Amino acid sequence: MKNIFIIGVATLLMWSCNSEITATESNTPTENKAGGGQSAVQDDESAKDVVKVAAGSKDHTTLVAAVKQAELVDVLSNAGPFTVFAPTNAAFDKLPADVLDDLMKPENKEKLQDILQYHVYVGNLGINLMQDGQTLNQVNGGNITISNKDGKIVLNNSVNIIATIPASNGIIHVTDGVLLPPSK
Amino acid sequence: MYISSSKLLTTIAVAALGISSFSGCKPKSAQAAAGGDAGKAYVAPGKYDEFYNIVSGGFNGQVAVYGIPSGRLFRIIPVFSQSTESGYGYSEETKPMLNTSHGFVPWDDQHHISLSQTKGEHDGRWAFANGNNTPRLARIDLSTFRTAEILEIPNSAGNHASPFITENSEYVVAATRFSVPLDDQNGDVPINTYKENFKGSISFVSINQTSGEMNIAFQIRTPGVNFDLSRAGKGKSHGWFFFSCYNSEKANTLLEVNASARDKDFIMAVNWKKAEEYVKAGKAKKQAVSYAHNVYDENSHTATSTLKKEVLVLDPADCPDMLYMIPCPKSPHGTDTDPTGEYIVASGKLAATIPVFSFTKIQQAIAAKTFDGAYDGIPVIKYEAALYGEVPKPGLGPLHTEFDGKGNAYTSMFVSSEIVKWNIKDLKVLDRVPTYYSIGHLSVPGGPTAKPHGKYMIAYNKITKDRYLPTGPELTQSAQLFDISGDKMKLILDFPTTGEPHYAEAIPASMLMKKQRKIYKIEENTHPYAAKGEGKTKVERKGNQVHVWMTAIRSHLTPDNIEGVRVGDEVYFHLTNLEQDWDVPHGLAIKGANNAEILVMPGETQTLKFTAERAGMYPFYCTDFCSALHQEMQGYLRVSPAGSNVALAFSTGTNKPATTTGDSSKTKTTKP
Repeated sequence: MKNIFIIGVATLLMWSCNSEITATESNTPTENKAGGGQSAVQDDESAKDVVKVAAGSKDHTTLVAAVKQAELVDVLSNAGPFTVFAPTNAAFDKLPADVLDDLMKPENKEKLQDILQYHVYVGNLGINLMQDGQTLNQVNGGNITISNKDGKIVLNNSVNIIATIPASNGIIHVTDGVLLPPSK
Repeated sequence: MYISSSKLLTTIAVAALGISSFSGCKPKSAQAAAGGDAGKAYVAPGKYDEFYNIVSGGFNGQVAVYGIPSGRLFRIIPVFSQSTESGYGYSEETKPMLNTSHGFVPWDDQHHISLSQTKGEHDGRWAFANGNNTPRLARIDLSTFRTAEILEIPNSAGNHASPFITENSEYVVAATRFSVPLDDQNGDVPINTYKENFKGSISFVSINQTSGEMNIAFQIRTPGVNFDLSRAGKGKSHGWFFFSCYNSEKANTLLEVNASARDKDFIMAVNWKKAEEYVKAGKAKKQAVSYAHNVYDENSHTATSTLKKEVLVLDPADCPDMLYMIPCPKSPHGTDTDPTGEYIVASGKLAATIPVFSFTKIQQAIAAKTFDGAYDGIPVIKYEAALYGEVPKPGLGPLHTEFDGKGNAYTSMFVSSEIVKWNIKDLKVLDRVPTYYSIGHLSVPGGPTAKPHGKYMIAYNKITKDRYLPTGPELTQSAQLFDISGDKMKLILDFPTTGEPHYAEAIPASMLMKKQRKIYKIEENTHPYAAKGEGKTKVERKGNQVHVWMTAIRSHLTPDNIEGVRVGDEVYFHLTNLEQDWDVPHGLAIKGANNAEILVMPGETQTLKFTAERAGMYPFYCTDFCSALHQEMQGYLRVSPAGSNVALAFSTGTNKPATTTGDSSKTKTTKP
């Protein structure tokens, strides 16, 4: 919206060059959104990144909405690699009522970012690489602990991994609970 | 963050009016795209840029030279890879430049640049470059923009924390990315004996202040960590060097996970003045090694490669007060010293904060022994005792920091694809701008020196999906130019680069323009096969080697008819460019040459080796468009079967058909 405004104003002011500007624009086959960020890249051929995988899951609409609200869409479209622990909608529903509503308020964006970044590890960690007793330092700076009992993974002694989906820039582990960072 | 609509309107109005009145709307489409600031990057045809930007080529092993602010590419300097533009690494004279203790290595990976300094400021003498894979250091002469010297680094693998330089160019350093079994040890050991058998090395390479020649003054043996980057102290911290270390876990597999197990790795502080004292006191031990030292002579136009056999090594166990470890969050990547030398900014690429260490506090902690134990015998300074403060929540994935000399620091953020400007004193974030996309290093002209030139900042990005016209599976990487003269960083230009623009430095054009070499004087040419005039051209046979003393001048090659070469001969075309006129190179290409082509500068001699494999006629010609009669600048090499009795003959302009039949096999031999 802002960009259209800029070009509009510029065109108006540079009226003497108007015809050439129009010519330039008509030669451009597709208009890319300047400053769109990596999530705006048009690419239906490559494997899906973690954001696109999550966006395609009907069980993760809450998470995806939260990632958008926290302005982490471009970040998670980056080269990564990311390990994303992705709570399902049901997992978010287990939170006390109004907690999520509060987090989604603009004034609580930093808090929401902190929680979401606590669900992301930089590195591509499949289940086979998770060791019992391992600590992972998450993007927000906090640690999570992993227990691995005969291949059953539990995070912070409370959250289970219920499915794993590989993505182009990392891996998503679907969880049945939300990881809450320890209070600082 | 958002510029208000009215302010934006004013900016655009001013920019638009400015351009229509000065240049009649010239850069209009760029103007519209960059929101009014494109004019700042516009350098009119025929005008010069303000800065040379000397940019690493990453995986192409070369160094590229661009103009700032225009982003125009001027030259690709071949350094660690053969060049199909100049014949570097193909010609007989330049092949030794790529020699190593492992033999000829035609392609390396080039990551970082350091420009020579005097009193902490750029002096415009040399650029240093690291060879990352087969560990080497190169020196580029900034009056010729050519590689003058390459030095291999022993006991090393992955020369990544290099070629950073001290404030009077006393040393450039080379610190190993991989720890390895040392060169005089048996390397044939199980990889999982890393902790016992693998060691790190950092090399202090001295620079001869007149010739620039590099020499490994000493190495320091270190614990088996991985070194990532480094910066010298300056001003008050001159005499110290700071290296970032990751993998303090000493993992030998899946570092993606196993090198991130500990909360903190280290910045290693080296008191190199102390190290010098230990070397003088005879504390260094001689170690038998083998490494190549390659030097290009500008008079003989020939490189020589010498294998050196010894290096002096300091063991920290014998040298107290020389090394200290400073804990640093999560796999530190960049470590950068501010212009005053007081602040050392470390970027843990997986950390949520940027720690800023104080040189004064580090010295106090050392004096008071405020240590937190030791790491492999090296004292570990308490984190808080060394820390000036942390930049909180700067962004995600902090990598590298440069400075503007006005008290501000600029840190690149890989994961969040942005640059964050912050104040060094109060550590407050002042501004942030997105980069497109996935920035690695950034460069402020003079940014790593005591006196940054400021004004611009260039981001070097790894990914350009959707930024340019697509070119199949591989896309160009990019640089983005920002105006940093005001409070807010402003993107003013985006330009594609060659290879990976890994790191770069920029230096004012005025410091280099006047010292540029234009020609090599023919009378100073000491090449043993130089023909310093057409009268000196000749062809001589030595067994199965045939040497051709050839000259080139607009617009003919002498000789241009050569006969009497036989199958199995090795023919050496030693081409001397007789021109004494700036920017008139001549090239030489021969049909079927399995080696290469060459390009020869005015006054220079270069040699192309051609092996005669089949009888027949081999045309050759000049490949550099030199003149109106460039297309006529051509000749023939006749190759006869082995054992043929066709006499060796050569000429230019005299080998004309006989008046009757014109059987060329009866051409008379021309005596030299």
